[in-house]
Amino acid sequence: MQLSQGTRIVLRVLTALILAFIYIPIGVVVLYSFNSSRVATWPIGELTLDWYVRAFSDQGIRNGLTASVQAAVGATIVALLLGTLIALAVQRYRFFGREGISFLVLLPIALPGIVTGIALNTAFRAVGIDLGMLTIIVGHATFCIVVIYNNVLARLRRTAVSFEEASGDLGADTFLTFRRITLPAIRTALVAGALLAFALSFDEIIVTNFTAGAGTQTLPIWIFSNYSRPNQLPLVNVAAVLVLVLSIVPVYLATRITHGEGATRA
Amino acid sequence: MTSRDASLGPLPAPPASPARRLAAALHRHPHVRLGGLLAAPLGWMVVAYLGSLALFFISSLWTVDSFSGNLVTQPSLDNYVEILTTEVYRTIAVRTVGMAALVTVTTIVIAFPIAFYMAKLASPRTRGILVVSILLPLWSGYLVKVYAWRLILSADGVLNGILDPLGIRGPGFGEAAVWLVETYLWLPYMIIPLYAGLERVPGSLVEASSDLGARSWTTFRRVVVPLVLPAIVAGSIFTFSLTLGDYITPTLVSNTRFLGNVIYDFLGVAGNQPLAAAYAMVPVVVMLVYLLVARRLGAFEAL
Repeated sequence: MQLSQGTRIVLRVLTALILAFIYIPIGVVVLYSFNSSRVATWPIGELTLDWYVRAFSDQGIRNGLTASVQAAVGATIVALLLGTLIALAVQRYRFFGREGISFLVLLPIALPGIVTGIALNTAFRAVGIDLGMLTIIVGHATFCIVVIYNNVLARLRRTAVSFEEASGDLGADTFLTFRRITLPAIRTALVAGALLAFALSFDEIIVTNFTAGAGTQTLPIWIFSNYSRPNQLPLVNVAAVLVLVLSIVPVYLATRITHGEGATRA
Repeated sequence: MTSRDASLGPLPAPPASPARRLAAALHRHPHVRLGGLLAAPLGWMVVAYLGSLALFFISSLWTVDSFSGNLVTQPSLDNYVEILTTEVYRTIAVRTVGMAALVTVTTIVIAFPIAFYMAKLASPRTRGILVVSILLPLWSGYLVKVYAWRLILSADGVLNGILDPLGIRGPGFGEAAVWLVETYLWLPYMIIPLYAGLERVPGSLVEASSDLGARSWTTFRRVVVPLVLPAIVAGSIFTFSLTLGDYITPTLVSNTRFLGNVIYDFLGVAGNQPLAAAYAMVPVVVMLVYLLVARRLGAFEAL
């Protein structure tokens, strides 16, 4: 496209400004977590690691961290199994309602999170399941399935069925073919999908708020119930950085593994 | 080459282990195979998810006895009547949908320059870096990002600290802050599909347009925008839906109540689950209509 020099410069400057807009707020949280002052004023005080030291011995943060990791790992495992199965069925078979399944899988992230949250909350209470870690995992897995599904589906589309057919012709049965042909082909898509699902679950709060019950606090829930307490502010900043790092690093790894394929969410 | 010489007969049958027999049976019956693949995930999605949604919908027809606080499962439209006839609930619904629309339009405007730069001007290396820089915040740190804006916009926060020497003050907490933060949160969801859409616009069409005498702006308006419309609609599904249901942002950076806050309070503070369910049907219906229109505009192919 023929663009004048002026337009090119304007686009370049706007791109830089938008990137700054995206990253400066994230930088602010990180900066404040090192702030020696107890209040969040600007300019900030001297830099210190004290709050990190204190955060690691804080029972609320430690419990939150453990709960978040448990929820994310549990949800990721369930989503890996279910998402892969659906992707295999949709990509390798033709059947009635195939389109509907893609829509069904997308629904938990296309509908507002509060709807998924309240619906699950209503169901758990009606069936008489106590809210806790198990119900958090069910909630998170439900919206994480689409992530695995998308990654595996994208990979299967680019993997020829002929390899699987050749394997069968050479005498391998269904299970051997899956283990030796299909699984190696989709392995990196599974790893990338799992990392994204982990990240998505780790910092989730909307569905978690409705499925956690009173006894279980994930790290985001801990932040949400402490952010307005002035004396907890430094620790909230540190917890925020923990959540940020533990969700951003897996996403970064996932984009490195797949070069962005499938990571575009939908 | 040892045993199998001239006689190229069939291979000896592999040992008939139970797994092998199961595999053979599965191979002969593709329907069973498909059923096996779909049983667990569909069971989960239909029972846990659709089941919950169905129960949730049904529960919106229940009521809570105002004296005993017990659930009355006699179906009635009382909750819907209450929501539709109470002015404050209507105002809040309209305000929320308006905010979602405003946020969507703002993200489209902001996403265009960067998506255009990524798709048409950046070198492949820069493009790769930019895609990752947009994907990282798309996937991570939702609550942290809202919280960051609390630190920035608070009375003695970063923004006022920087603006103070100039004698001006930032917007502070309020509806403007909600607009700003929602736009910030969902911007990557617009940039990525728009970038993918712009990348697919064939250069030849753009050249043909300028060969035929159209100026850059006319080409943009008459050729580029219509071609990327499905991508814009695809992105807007997320910006619209995510704003519609967000109750965390209004709680953290304003005192204004949006749909999500009211639903949350019905369930938590008032303990009136049926009323919460009825009010939550507002975003559900809005989103279903939105998704149907989006499908007509070809947005699902652009997802």
